[in-house]
Amino acid sequence: MAINRDFLGREYPAPEPYEVTRVKIREFVEAIQDPNPIYTDTAVARAAGYTDVVAPPTFPIIMGMEGAGQAIVDPELRLDFSMVVHREQRFEYSRPLEAGDLVHCVTRISDIKALGGNELMTLDSEMSTVEGEHIVTARNTIVVRGGAEDAEH
Amino acid sequence: MTATVKYADVEVGQELPERTYPVRRIDLVRYAGASGDFNEIHWNERVAKSVGLPNVIAHGMFTMAEAGRYITDWVGDPGAIVEFGVRFSTPVVVPDDDAGAEIVVSGAIRKKLEDNQVVVALTARSKGVKVLGGSTAVVRLG
Repeated sequence: MAINRDFLGREYPAPEPYEVTRVKIREFVEAIQDPNPIYTDTAVARAAGYTDVVAPPTFPIIMGMEGAGQAIVDPELRLDFSMVVHREQRFEYSRPLEAGDLVHCVTRISDIKALGGNELMTLDSEMSTVEGEHIVTARNTIVVRGGAEDAEH
Repeated sequence: MTATVKYADVEVGQELPERTYPVRRIDLVRYAGASGDFNEIHWNERVAKSVGLPNVIAHGMFTMAEAGRYITDWVGDPGAIVEFGVRFSTPVVVPDDDAGAEIVVSGAIRKKLEDNQVVVALTARSKGVKVLGGSTAVVRLG
């Protein structure tokens, strides 16, 4: 089941800015079991030169997932979510996200191609403050496993 | 906003100490909630097996988060990471027991760049099988 190539290049701006909060950062670092106090203790983060607690390097995936979610729900894309496996993830940072950031995220379908019996789709999510300062770009490549093909491509 | 590791103190080929991170079913449920990724293959054995997986598998992003922690613990400042990319080569299968699975992360300095930056090659294994391959972090050192 091929992904609809007409979707290549489509952009999905988040409907509203994402507000990075201390509570969400805490929830995330508890889930990944990272005890670094720079994520939870404002005094430690300030001593390190930040204005508030920062988010860990993979936190931006929350916005990336939301962007991908906007893209993949369209039935015309013909993407079987139950067969999706994450293949590659990349982040390019200008700085870490900090509590208090109001972030605008635009996700773009940057590649769709076949690989063996599987389909690959790449989504780029560019995250900037609402004032336009670049924070991080996330590049997410997913595999849609086809038929009897194995997850390891 | 300064890395505690000094650029002058690292050599190409230098290995970073290996670290082991546990992952149990409860961790995946918690990660699903925190990240918003509720794909059932990460918590529902019936669904995972129905799509041809051996069992429930960890979110790739959970494994990447542990690799991220490995780097930030080494460098001392999350803001020192310039780029971070991984390839999920094999899923981390998480059995339904109290011990779960283990993710073992290791790294080595692959290259020294300009501007105090280094490329760290990262590998993660579970049960001896490579789960992250072709993975690197570019880090700005002090």
